[in-house]
Amino acid sequence: MKKRGGLLAAPYTVWMALFTVIPMLLVVYFAFTGEDGRFTFGNFSQLLGYGAVFGRSFWLAALATVVCLAVGYPLAYAMSRETGAVRNTAMLLLMLPMWINILLRTYAWMSILENKGLLNQLLSFLRLPPVRIINTPAAVALGMVYNYLPFMVLPILTVIQKIDGSVIEAAQDLGGSQFTVFKRVILPLSLPGVLSGVTMVFVPGVSTFIISQLLGGGKSMMLGDLIEMQFLGSTYNPYLGSAISLVMMVIVLISMAVMNRFGEGEEEVMVL
Amino acid sequence: MKKELIRLVDCTMAFDGEIVLNAINLTIHNKEFLTLLGPSGCGKTTTLRIIGGFETPTSGSVLFDGVRINEVPPHKRRVNTVFQKYALFPHLNVFENVAFGLRIPQSVPVTEGGKTRQKKVRLQEAEIGQRVQDALELVGLKGYHRRRVHQLSGGQQQRVAIARAIVNRPQVLLLDEPLGALDLKLRKEMQHELKEIQQQVGITFVYVTHDQEEALTMSDTVVVMNQGNIQQIGTPVDIYNEPVNAFVADFIGESNIIQGVMHRDNDVSFAGKRFLCVDSGFDPDQPVDVVIRPEDVRLTAPKDGQLRGTVNSVTFKGVFYEIYVDVGELEWMVHSTAAPKVGDEVGLCLTPEDIHVMDRPDLFPEGAEALTIEDIDPEPDFEDKYVDEEPPEAEL
Repeated sequence: MKKRGGLLAAPYTVWMALFTVIPMLLVVYFAFTGEDGRFTFGNFSQLLGYGAVFGRSFWLAALATVVCLAVGYPLAYAMSRETGAVRNTAMLLLMLPMWINILLRTYAWMSILENKGLLNQLLSFLRLPPVRIINTPAAVALGMVYNYLPFMVLPILTVIQKIDGSVIEAAQDLGGSQFTVFKRVILPLSLPGVLSGVTMVFVPGVSTFIISQLLGGGKSMMLGDLIEMQFLGSTYNPYLGSAISLVMMVIVLISMAVMNRFGEGEEEVMVL
Repeated sequence: MKKELIRLVDCTMAFDGEIVLNAINLTIHNKEFLTLLGPSGCGKTTTLRIIGGFETPTSGSVLFDGVRINEVPPHKRRVNTVFQKYALFPHLNVFENVAFGLRIPQSVPVTEGGKTRQKKVRLQEAEIGQRVQDALELVGLKGYHRRRVHQLSGGQQQRVAIARAIVNRPQVLLLDEPLGALDLKLRKEMQHELKEIQQQVGITFVYVTHDQEEALTMSDTVVVMNQGNIQQIGTPVDIYNEPVNAFVADFIGESNIIQGVMHRDNDVSFAGKRFLCVDSGFDPDQPVDVVIRPEDVRLTAPKDGQLRGTVNSVTFKGVFYEIYVDVGELEWMVHSTAAPKVGDEVGLCLTPEDIHVMDRPDLFPEGAEALTIEDIDPEPDFEDKYVDEEPPEAEL
C-alpha cells in the first residue's frame, strides 16, 4: 500500500526535483558565487546598498496584507452568513477580476489613477481637488490589495463556513450575545483561515514586480523589480539576483514561522 | 401538584410550508424529567429547539413561568442545552469549555438611590474556578480540567457538555439525544447518572430520544410524538401499560397489532375468534386495533390454545426467546423462556387482561363511515381453518 502510494506520487516527485529542488540549489550556488566563478560572500555585502528596497517591499506587502485583512475578514464573515443567490453573486464578483490577466487589470488601474485619469475626472466633476496618487507607494499598495484580496477572503470564508453550526448555537445557548459569540468562538476558530490568508497575500506581495513598475512608476522599486533587473535588465548580474532571492526567501520563511507561532494555540483546527 | 414551568400553546412549526409540528400543547412542570419520545422526523427535536429559542414557532405561544417568550433569543433564556454531538468548543480546554457561560457578564438588577437599573456583573475568577470544579466533579470528570476536548473519549465529551450546561444553573436543561453516540453499556451507565444528576441539581430536564428504553428508564413523564403530533403524555408505566393507540403501543416495546372488531363492551373478535377483554366504551361493532405484548402470550400445547400456529423462527435474546408463530394470516411475536422448535405446532393463550383494544386513529375522523366491518374483519378467511376444532361462536 505504501509502495503504491509512493509510485502514484512519482510524477510530482520528479516535477518537484526538476523544477523546485534543483533550481533552489542553483539559486544557493549562484548566490555564493562571484563573477569569476569562485566562492564568495561578496554578493551579500552588495545587498546592504539595497536596504531601502527591502524595507519598502516588506512594508508595502505588510500594508497590503493589513488592508486586505481589514476589508477581507468582514466580507468573508458577511458572505458566510448568506446563502444561495446572494453568496454566489458575491463570490462571482470577488472572483471575476481574477479571470482577467493581471497585466490588463493593472493597466486599467493605471488609467484610473493617472493624474488626468478617471479618478481625477470624477473628482473634478464633483468639484473636489485632484489627488496625485499614480507613481506613489500608495498606488502600489492599492494595486496589491486589489489583486490579492480574493486570496485573503477565500481561505477565511472556507474556515468560517466549516465551523460547526451547533458550536455557535451552544455559545448562544450559554448566554453569548452575537458579539460575544463572534469574539470568543468564531474569531478564534477562524484564525487558521486568517493565517493562510495572510500568507497568501504577504508572500506574493513581497516579491511583486509588475504592479510596482506600472503603478509605482519606478520610484517605488520593490524586490521583485530588483531581481528582475539582475536577470533581464541592463545590469545583468544573476549572482546578485540569486543572493537577493535567497535573502528574501529566508526573511519570508522567518516571518511565516513567527506568524505560525501566533496560531499555535489552535493546533487542532487544521491550517488550510 | 407541581408548579408549571413551561407551556407550549398550539405551537405549530412549518418549514417551507411543510408542517413539522401540528398545534401541540404541552405543559412542563418544575423539576420534572420529561422525555419527548418518537421516531425521527416526529418533531421532538423541533419542540426542544423551540424551547431553547433556536426556532420560533410559526404560530402559537411558548410560555415560561407564564410569560410569553416566543421572541426571546437563546442567550436570554434561563435554559441550557446539551447538544446531540456535544458541540464543545474545539479551541478551548475542558475548564474553559465549562467556564464559557460563567465568563459572560450577567445582567443583575441593582438599586441605587431609589432607582433600579440593570448592571453587568462579572463573576470573580475564584468563583468561576469553584463552580467549574463542582460541575466537573458532578459529572465525574474531576482532574480533567486541563485536557483538551479532542483528547477525550465520546463519553467524556458528553460529560463535559453536561457540565458546561448545568454550571450556569439553568432552570431547565434541554438534552437532544445526548447518549445517541455512546455504546450500549456506557449509555446505560449514563442513563442512571443523568437521572442522579437531575435529582441532585433539582432542575427540570427535557430530554429528546428515539430510544423507548431510555425514555422509560429515566423519565417522570413521557411524551410520545409522531408526525408532528403528540400521541400520548403519561408516566412510563401508563404509557407502557395503557397505550392510547397502536402507534404508541408499537413504539413503546414490542407489540402484536391485530385488526379486529369490538362487538360490545368486553367482547372483541380478532384473528378469527372472539375473546373476552377488559376494554369498554367503544361503538357497537367498531373496527379497532388489538394490541398484545409478546411477553403476555402464553405458549401451550396446540389443543389447549385459543389460537394455534406453526413456529417460524426462534431467536435467543438472553433472558427470553423471541419466537415468531405463523397464525394463519398473521405472524405473532411471542417472548417465552421456553424454546419450541421451528416447525412445531403450538397453541397461544391469552387472558382478558392481555388484550388491549384501541381506536384506530387512521380511520377517524374521515373515512370511518366508508368502512364496513367486512372490509376489516378477517373472519371469513379463518373460518375454514378453525372450523374443525372450535365450534362457531354464537351469533350475536
